[in-house]
Amino acid sequence: MTYTTLALVAVALTVLLDMAVLRTRLLTRRVFWVAYAIVLGFQLVTNGVLTGGNVVSYDDDAIVGWRIAYAPVEDLLFGFALVVQAMSWWVRWANVGRSRSAAGGSRPLGSGW
Amino acid sequence: MTYLLVLAGIVLVTLPLGVWTGVYGQWRRLLLTVIPVLAVFVAWDVYAIGRGHWRFDPDQTTGVGVGSVPVEELLFFVVVPVAAVIALEAVRKARGWDYR
Repeated sequence: MTYTTLALVAVALTVLLDMAVLRTRLLTRRVFWVAYAIVLGFQLVTNGVLTGGNVVSYDDDAIVGWRIAYAPVEDLLFGFALVVQAMSWWVRWANVGRSRSAAGGSRPLGSGW
Repeated sequence: MTYLLVLAGIVLVTLPLGVWTGVYGQWRRLLLTVIPVLAVFVAWDVYAIGRGHWRFDPDQTTGVGVGSVPVEELLFFVVVPVAAVIALEAVRKARGWDYR
């Protein structure tokens, strides 16, 4: 499989993870899209530095050849998958490390579980 | 060193936000977030590096790796997910928009 194919599959599986498996449904939330836009901006800069500076280079046969800020467009798909998976797991594990008092409130535990 | 410096830059930029949002305080939750992401993306990296999809400049990386995966990549798959989570929590806190 090429990088292109893998990246497209990764995006599809990531959408499935968010919407159907973990059911975090971040892709339906405004807070996600605004955060992702910010992350994307930084991705274009940092990835531009890494690829423009040839820290990482790509096999021409593995990509379609379109680039944005020096990086293969496939990196946008890779980045989307990475970011959404991370955020989805984070939301899934909400309340890890928090306790609930008898009154029904919740507070961070600090160093205890 | 270039790749490491870029990663250090990401950490530096997100540091104050990580504190302000309380993300660093939720380190157990961070661990449970990073582990599944690392598993998926290290596997992808191993496959891609093995097939030659991408390669790394030996002059700009340390050359230290775990198998074929450069240590910089392993750090990348920790640093970027944490930065993404910090971004999510920062927007959530700044705007008052929830994800529930």
